[in-house]
Formats: sequence, C-alpha cells, structure tokens
Amino acid sequence: MQTANLLPLVLVLAVVAYGLAYMRSRAVAAPLGGIRNLKALPFYYAARAALWCAIPALIVLAAWAGFEGKIIQGIVIASLPQETWPESAGEASLILSQISNVAAGKLNPEFVPEHIAGAASLLENLESQSRNFKAILVILIAILGAAFAWTRVAPHINARKNVETTLRRIFFVCAALAVLTTAGIVFSVIFETVRFFNRVPLSEFLFGTTWSPQTALRADQVGAEGAFGVIPLFTGTLLISAIALLVAVPVGLLSAIYLSEYASRRVRSTAKPVLEMLAGIPTVVYGFFAALTVAPFIRDLAEMVGLEASSQSALAAGLVMGIMIVPFVSSLSDDVINAVPQTMRDGSLALGATQSETMKKVIFPAALPGIIGGILLAASRAIGETMIVVMAAGLAANLTANPLESVTTVTVQIATLLVGDQEFDSAKTLSAFALGMLLFIVTLLLNVVALKIVRKYREQYE
Amino acid sequence: MSDQSSQAEIVRNSLKRRYRKERRFRLYGMVAIFIALGSLFILFADIIGKGHTGFIKTTITLDVTLDSEMMYLDDPTDEDQRSMADFVAPIIDALQDHIPEAETAAEKRELGRLVGNYAASEVRDLLENNPDLLNTTQTIEFLAHDRVSTYVKHAGNPRYSIKLSEQQQRWVDELVEKGVIDTSFNDVLFSRGDSREPSNAGILGAIVGSLLTMLVTLAIAFPVGIAAAVYLEEFAPQNKFTDFIEVNINNLAAVPSIIFGLLGLAVFIGLFGMPRSVPVVGGMVLALMTLPTIIISSRAAIKSVPPSIREAAEGVGASKMQVVLHHVIPLAMPGMLTGTIIGMAQALGETAPLLLIGMVAFIVDVPTGFFDSATVLPVQIYLWASSSEQGFIELASAAIMVLLTFMISMNALAIWLRKRLERRW
Repeated sequence: MQTANLLPLVLVLAVVAYGLAYMRSRAVAAPLGGIRNLKALPFYYAARAALWCAIPALIVLAAWAGFEGKIIQGIVIASLPQETWPESAGEASLILSQISNVAAGKLNPEFVPEHIAGAASLLENLESQSRNFKAILVILIAILGAAFAWTRVAPHINARKNVETTLRRIFFVCAALAVLTTAGIVFSVIFETVRFFNRVPLSEFLFGTTWSPQTALRADQVGAEGAFGVIPLFTGTLLISAIALLVAVPVGLLSAIYLSEYASRRVRSTAKPVLEMLAGIPTVVYGFFAALTVAPFIRDLAEMVGLEASSQSALAAGLVMGIMIVPFVSSLSDDVINAVPQTMRDGSLALGATQSETMKKVIFPAALPGIIGGILLAASRAIGETMIVVMAAGLAANLTANPLESVTTVTVQIATLLVGDQEFDSAKTLSAFALGMLLFIVTLLLNVVALKIVRKYREQYE
Repeated sequence: MSDQSSQAEIVRNSLKRRYRKERRFRLYGMVAIFIALGSLFILFADIIGKGHTGFIKTTITLDVTLDSEMMYLDDPTDEDQRSMADFVAPIIDALQDHIPEAETAAEKRELGRLVGNYAASEVRDLLENNPDLLNTTQTIEFLAHDRVSTYVKHAGNPRYSIKLSEQQQRWVDELVEKGVIDTSFNDVLFSRGDSREPSNAGILGAIVGSLLTMLVTLAIAFPVGIAAAVYLEEFAPQNKFTDFIEVNINNLAAVPSIIFGLLGLAVFIGLFGMPRSVPVVGGMVLALMTLPTIIISSRAAIKSVPPSIREAAEGVGASKMQVVLHHVIPLAMPGMLTGTIIGMAQALGETAPLLLIGMVAFIVDVPTGFFDSATVLPVQIYLWASSSEQGFIELASAAIMVLLTFMISMNALAIWLRKRLERRW
C-alpha cells in the first residue's frame, strides 16, 4: 500500500479508536454512577486512545518512507557483481536510474546487461516487499496502540494528564523545528562544502579572481579544472547591493521622516500601506520589470549619452532592488523615529529649532543606531535576493566596478549551477553549496549584528 | 542689553535661511515618497501595458469541408490512416475560399501558416472523436498563428517586430475585414498548461501547481506554527534552550529564500530520496520558509490576549492546557489567521527555492496530485519572461497580473479579518 493511502487510513483508525474508547469510558463509568466518578472526562480517555493509535504509527510510517528508498538502493547496488560496482556517486545514480527504468517497464530488460536486469527484478521485489511490510507494520502498531489505550480506560487513571503532557511535548517539538531547520541548513551545506574544499583549496576560493565553474568533459581538456575564485561574485553582489542601498536608504529614510513628522494623518494612512505594498510584490515581478523594462531603458539612455551599456547591467538590477527594499528601510526607520521620546522633540522645538533642525540635530542622532540596524537588515535582504539578479544581472563573472556592465552574484551562481541536470559529485555542483555556505554566514552575521543593535537601541528608551 | 538685541538680530536675520532649509527638507521628503509611489505606479502601468493583450486571443473561424479525398482518409477510426492523413489541406482549402488569389503551392503553404501549429491536430481530434463528420462541412474556430496574433494585436507598435511577409499581412488584413479573423477573450490562458506555442499556452497548470503546493504549505505551517507559538508563549520555561529557539526563529526569518532551496535539495531530495519537481517537496520547503512569519505573528496575537482571561479560567479550575485550548487559542485565532494568510501570500510569490528543487521543468499537463511534476505561477512567469518569443512576454505579464490579483486579494482578506474579528482589549 502506498504511503499516500496509509496516512488517511491511520487517521481513520485513530477516529475509530477515539469512538471506541469514548464508549468504553462511559460503559466503565455507568456502574459507578456516571462519568463524575472517572478521574477524567470521557473525551480525554478517547483522545488518549486516538493519540496512542496515531502517533507511534505515524512516526514509524514517516521513518520508513524517509529511508526505504536509500536502503533499497543500497541493497540493490550491493547485489551487483563486484566488478560492476560504481566508482563514483555519478555512476551510481546512472546505474540506479537504468535499473529503475527497467523495473518500471520503460526499458526492455533484453537491451541491458544481465546484472542490470537481475538487479531490476530484485528492486521490484524489494519495493513490493517493503510496501507490504510497511503497511502491515503501520496498521499493527496503530491497532496495538489503540488496544493498549483501551486497556487503560479505568476510573482511577487520569487520562487528562496523559493527554496534556503529550500535547505539550508535541508543541515543544513544533517549536524545536526551528532549531532543526537551522541545523538542517547548516548540515546540508556543510557536507558538500567540505567535499568541495577537498578539491579546491580554501585560499583559491576566497582569493581567486576568476570564476568559471566549467568542468571539462575530458580530463585533458584545456581549463579542465575550472576556476573557483569567489572575488568577482562578491564584488558583483556588493556592487548591486550598494546601488540598491544608494536608492533605498535616502528614499526610505526621507519618506519615513516625512510620514512620521510632516504628513497629515490622512496622507499617512494611505501612503503607508501603499509603500508597504512594494515589499509584498513577488521578486519575480521585480525581476521581470528590471530585465524587460529598466535594463533596455538604461541601455538606450546610455547609448544616447554615448556610453556603452550591457543589456544586462548591474545598474538595472540594483535600481529595481533598491525600490524593492525601500519599505524595509522606511518601516524600520519609522519604528525607531517614533521610539524617540516625545520630550526630546518638544524640548528642541521649545528652544526655537525648526522641525527640520529638530529632526537633523536631535532625533536623527538619537535614532541613528536603530536606523543603522535597519539598513543592515535591508543590506542582508539585498545580498540574498535571487530572482531580480537572476533575471536582470547576467551570468558573466566580470570583475568590474562599472555599473553599466553585466556582473553576476553569489545567488545567481547558486541558482544556475543547481537548476537543471546536475552532475553529482563534480566540483561545479559542490561549489554551489560552498557559495550557499558563504551566503548563509554573511547574511547571518549581518542579521545578528543588526538585531543586536536594534534591540539595544530599543532598550535605551524603554 | 545690546548683547541680547544683537543676538535677536542674528536670529532674525538667519530666520529666512532657516525657513528655506525647512521647506527644502520637507520637499526632499515629498520627493522621496513620490519616487517610491511613482515606481510602484510605473511598475503596475508597465505590466498592465505589456500584459493586457495577453488576455486576448486571435482566432480564425473557417467553414472546413472535411473531404476524405483531400485528407487521404477513409476511416477516421483507423490509427494508421490518421497518422498518414493530411489534415492541413482542408484548412488551406477553407482559407482559399476567402483568399482566392493564393494559387501556387508556395502561396498555399504561406496561407496555411496563418493558422496555429496545432490546427491540424485539432481537426484530427475532432474526426477521431466524431468519425461521422467525415465529408461534412464544419465551422471550426482555430487559434491563429502567433505571428498573425502579434500582427493583429500590435501592428504599428515599434516594440513588436512583425514576422509576416507583406503578402501575408495583406491577407490577414482582408480576413480581419471579412470577420474571419477575430479577437476575443483568451480562455485558453485559463484552461491549459504550458506549451511551446504562446497562443496555445495557459496558466491553468501553474495555478493548480501553486494551489497544490500552497495546500501542503498550509497543512504543515499553520498547525506547526501555532503550536510553536503557543509553546513559546505559554509553556516554555525561562532557560537557555528557549532563548536558543527564539534566536533561531528570528534568524530564520531573515535567511535568504534560496538557502531554503539548498536545504530542500540536500535534505528532502538528497537524503530522503523524494522526487524532484513535485508539489509536496515544494510545499515542505515553503512551509519551513514561512514558519517564522507565522510563529512571530501568532506570538503577537497570543500576547495580546489579556491575562485576566487566563486568570479567570484558572480560577474556576481549568488546567493550563485547558486555558490555552479553550480560551487563549480561540481568542488569538484572528491574529493567527492574519499572520498565516500574509505568510501564505509570501509563499505564493516565492520563486528562488523552487528553482533549486526542480519545479522549473517544462510541463504541459495539468498536475492532478501532490506527487505529479508541477510548476507554480511565479516560476511559470520566470520561464516565460526568459523566453525570447514576444508572445510569451505578453503571457508572462498577463500571468503576473493574475498572480498579483491573487496576492492582493489574500492581503485584503487578511486586512478585512483583522478589522472584522480582532478584538481590542
């Protein structure tokens, strides 16, 4: 039976267990003179039965479904004659896909070597066995769990406590999922990154100035190794982010100041949500706008003044990204400007300063740490942004500071290296994970510093 | 005395300058807002300008005589015959009724290129399903070829290059005049999957893919997010591990989305061997991505439930869990729902992580289940926007309009919910 069918089946069993335990608890209570003589309401006995039925069964189901594929693959590979054992992960995946194609009937077994055909029938066999065992085991566990709960329907047992403890543990697991996700991110990039640095030295990665992750088809080809210097990617990322911040910081900051200090209530209540809309627009839409409207416009404009511009310029991507992060800067600045105590404002105005002088000389310096925190958060958003640069910035890893040329970024390279068919185990694929690690570390540092600054600033005025 | 008056003098003299500065500063603020709102306006105007023609299809309606001799087909139920038959001939013949001047073989071929590439298979499918129609005359509406469509919709627009020959342009003009070529609402866009031909491509596949992915995301992120928020607000002890969880959640909210794609690729596909490009994996990745948003807003909602409610419930003997389940969660639900809807809108527009887990394949069929290969709306937009054909750019803009409509209505729903249901204590 398929996993997809087992899941609803287990849930149905849990409902049945609930109903049975409910009736049983009433039956137990009846001779004692009603449910008030039970330690808990019938609902709790029933809920406990449902939990006992579903949770162990679902855990087993998830574990089995998660690992059966890998284990079966391992057994199938091990069953092959020793001399045909794959030497690399790439070869292994090739052989496995051949075997699974034969097993699925897409490939005629007569056209493949005998050991592959043998392995295919073994695979088919193992898969159907695994399916059957899984179904039997899961159903058995569900029924056993329900049966156990059934025996525990007794007046002196407080089922409510059991149910509440279990629920509390479930809540805890859900909260801990955030930790698991972080751990998952770290481990998923760390393994591949370590493997990458086994081939390419760390110093070359960090200080190399050329990036061309081409791995050759033949080992003796020119440039077979590829070059993995991250400097051009980093300068590209920084160039685009810098352009974005040059747009976003003044625009965001000044709009926040205007909205919080000058605008009438009506203007504020319409302008603010519209401004926030900029943050809600999907990045692919910005990418489309940058690539198909802004980039050609900049190219034509540059040609008009006699400059040469690439059709995928850093400027186009940066400008559009800047517009995208305006709301991050403005809403965070708005928060910190409003957090400055009104007494400081009143004091300055009472001394005869104009509103703009108060803003520039009193409020802005007081709010500066918070604003810097907000800018750092916006910068981390800009560095990690993918779709705008994938669509508008190009792939060529130029080491340049000219915003009219096309540059590439860390995120663009991750996306292009991992989209489509991948060669397993090649330095090219692994390099994407190394870049991911780099991106993760940089954005994490920026976020930690920014959050710390913002929090410290808030405490100052509370 | 004189010192004071001279000071007042200085202040008075500088007043003009200071007021000027004040006005300038105010102007800067207005300019900044104008730039931000203006960009939004330009963005919308640009997309609507590019995309509104995507909602129009160009059709050619012809009275086609399904002549068996012309098609070399006696028996439409015979598959071998069908594969050999010439279904284009009757279409060209029908076109020739309107354009008698096309006589040579080359001209006829040119004429046949006015209808879309799938016109012949349309005739074939019609005959396969209704064999009795052989040797009758049927009025059939064909989709026009993309070049014809571009010409009809955009003749005279310098941004579009017309790829029809002058002769063909003349024919098309004539057919438009006769009402054979007509434009109408593009129902193809909402009833089909992707295609190699812009006029034949639709977003139904992508919409269904998005829907399936969002269902998975919702099914995971909503309960888990609320449970996590409840734990952190109501049950978590004050210790290092709780702090660690909180730090993790705050940081995950700011991790670039593409990193979640790497996680999905390495863990769900690499470690657990799940298939690529399926809504289940996409939904799981997006769920992990939206969880921090949901947890943070749910916590705010729980915090806003006043302690008096909790104390009252505890006072009549409810356990901690009963207080939470019977009072706190129902009262915090509007806020939690609002956060969830905003998180889901975010997930709906997300593209980058889905690229990495392979949801970028060219998929013609509309997915029917959670384990079918699928793509989602933003990825479909990305695919079309990267295409060099003009017809796809138009479709991409139209798809953006559909996507934005979805997102704006979700956000409007969230705002409405907040206004309608959220209680101020």
